[in-house]
Amino acid sequence: MSEGKTEGLKEANDALQGRREFLKNVCVSSAAALVAAPASTGAAAETANPDADVTVSEFFQGHFLLMSDEEKKQAIARLEKRYSAQYRKKTTVSNVEAPDGVLFGYALDISKCIGCRRCVHACVKENNQSRHDPEVQWIQVMKMPKGNIAFTAENLDKGYPEKSEFGDYGVQVGGNAYKTAGLSTEDAQNYYNDELVPDRDFFYMPVQCQQCEKPPCVKACPVRATFRDHAGVVLIDYNWCIGCRMCQLACPYHARRFNWGEPKLPAEEMNPKTHYFGNRPRMRGVMEKCTFCVQRTREGRNPACMEVCPVGARKFGNLLDPESDVRRVLATKRVFRFKEEFGTYPKFFYYIG
Amino acid sequence: MNTVLCFARDFGSYAIKGGKMYYSWLLFLGFFILVGSYTAYIQFTEGLIVIGATDQVTLESFFANFVFTAHVAAAAVLVVAPGYFYHRKDLKELAVMGEIIAMVFVATGITFILFHMGRPDRTWHIVPFIGHMNFPNSMLSFDTIVLNVYLFLNMIGVSYILFKKYVGTFHEKQLATWFKPIVFLAIAWGPLIHIITAFVLASNARVGMWATAVLPFAFLSMAGASGPALVVLIFLLARKFTDLEIGNPAIDLMTDIIAWSLGILMLVFASEFFTLLYPSAEHANSLVYNMFGHKGLNHYVPWFWGTIIALASCFIALLFRRVRHSYHRWLPLVCFVVFFAVLIEKPMILIFPSFSPSPLGEYTEYHVTLVELFNVLFVWALGFFWLTVILKGAIGILTGEVRHHSAPAVSPDGMRGGM
Repeated sequence: MSEGKTEGLKEANDALQGRREFLKNVCVSSAAALVAAPASTGAAAETANPDADVTVSEFFQGHFLLMSDEEKKQAIARLEKRYSAQYRKKTTVSNVEAPDGVLFGYALDISKCIGCRRCVHACVKENNQSRHDPEVQWIQVMKMPKGNIAFTAENLDKGYPEKSEFGDYGVQVGGNAYKTAGLSTEDAQNYYNDELVPDRDFFYMPVQCQQCEKPPCVKACPVRATFRDHAGVVLIDYNWCIGCRMCQLACPYHARRFNWGEPKLPAEEMNPKTHYFGNRPRMRGVMEKCTFCVQRTREGRNPACMEVCPVGARKFGNLLDPESDVRRVLATKRVFRFKEEFGTYPKFFYYIG
Repeated sequence: MNTVLCFARDFGSYAIKGGKMYYSWLLFLGFFILVGSYTAYIQFTEGLIVIGATDQVTLESFFANFVFTAHVAAAAVLVVAPGYFYHRKDLKELAVMGEIIAMVFVATGITFILFHMGRPDRTWHIVPFIGHMNFPNSMLSFDTIVLNVYLFLNMIGVSYILFKKYVGTFHEKQLATWFKPIVFLAIAWGPLIHIITAFVLASNARVGMWATAVLPFAFLSMAGASGPALVVLIFLLARKFTDLEIGNPAIDLMTDIIAWSLGILMLVFASEFFTLLYPSAEHANSLVYNMFGHKGLNHYVPWFWGTIIALASCFIALLFRRVRHSYHRWLPLVCFVVFFAVLIEKPMILIFPSFSPSPLGEYTEYHVTLVELFNVLFVWALGFFWLTVILKGAIGILTGEVRHHSAPAVSPDGMRGGM
């Protein structure tokens, strides 16, 4: 009996060794991909994981929220060690809790937005997204024709009523008559490449995670890797995500981005001040999205996209505080929520100032 | 020697023996398994970036094929149910073949899901108690449960029947008391895996094409068409190349099920298309894109019309008695077309076009990459390899060629199970 047990243990140990070797190989190959990036040509092969044991412990770690304080400390230490070696700079992974009595909210003035996309790039810089092949962007700015969203203006006077025994009052034929309608985002340009903004004939609508009060993504996640924290922000445990993409499927705002390949983050562009649920470098095959810059906002700072906005179109604050910017906007402006019909109750408001 | 070991040895040695055709079929599958091992290695080391999926079209051909395997797996109960509900003797004897198909196709579907996942190494996160399962909120957690339970129900059923027949004690009176409930549970569970899989898709309000109450019915009717189509093909092959006796009435029943499933499917398509196209409101966008393309993006258009026409003409063809009874020519052809048309319907009508327009109004075409294609073929080749081998062994047991040396002599009645 006991003999069988020791044999079993030995086998398990061997299996673990095998897995370590395998993971080591995987890490080396991914690091090789990193080195291949022109920006990091100087970065040597030792950007690879310095300690295979770290990877194994990371593999067996549980959901971060369910860990004991000791386990959390170890997990953070592991990550800091790994990132510091990989990006060759002192990296901190914070685990600051969200402040109590706070519900984070965002308001965006679409009449002010000039479509410069500084927010998009500030976000990429702050949050350590993959920089090339592909560059992952959490904010997408829609450039939409002014006035005519769901029909074609040149077709307005085309078409004619069908002749019938009632005279010329039949159903319209031609013109816009055969077009499916009701798609408010139709004719939005998401990849415009203008030298000068704003374009007079268009308005701009940036979309990012709407931090829903009733997030369909959280409901869809089979392992609870994504969840809503008590400040109302939807977060992801990148080490718990299994990459099934059910959340991406559920999201009506196209807010979630998947790391289809190994993220390509050059060491010199890496932001070393990170948060466990926020901007720490991600791995291949996990989901990521806007966190309202959890690494900043949990420490009382503003999100990067808001700080960079040159026209002050973005307002961020505590929805529970009647004196906050967001609450003032809600009280005094014409406010709407994007795709309200999905019943997700976003805490991201658009307004016309 | 232990009876179980004897069973495994005899079953295995019979299963891998065959004629030239048999070996060339296995070799054919072996080729795709070999190439697929390499492409699977590429995908698991470089990530899903080597396949065609994007943030806009997030479900890829693995998921589409998974839905199809659920079709066939669920439909396998149509072989089991007539025997146990309507006491069709001929089908009761063949019930084990339906269970084998269900078992192998569920396993194939689960393999597809592993290919679908970004982090297959973290699969244990969904196991209750070891990891954390978001039950009952996430529809995928329901799907995980029903698929695995269905797999085990069928594994128990198949091994019990085959083993009992092997040792020659498979008689109605001598069956274990737990066996009947397991069979009936498996019959009920077949449609269940299917309905839950439909709900995995239908639960996403933002994909207009799936936000429809007919989705489970579409799935069930396509299951009723594609599953029995495969069963008919297997029956025809089995009675041509082996000593297994399968009467025409068994095949005719399967053909009737295909015909009427296709009939219901026509109604489902018609009601779906009407409901979307008459008001031409927001949800119609994906369907119109699928049918006619959008501003020059018309990759799916030929697939759409091809699939619909193929399914409709198969339905019409099966209304003719001459086609239904043409066991060597038209019937296998029709079954082949039905099987592949339903398979093609999954990515090209159900999954890919539904993602356009995206929530931000983007239209995207999905192009399957070579690595993805070979990975799909890899999983299919693995699935068909196991299907072939297990069915071959099972036929050996059903015909009495494989049996334990202590088993009673084969009587004409007891030969195929003696119910």
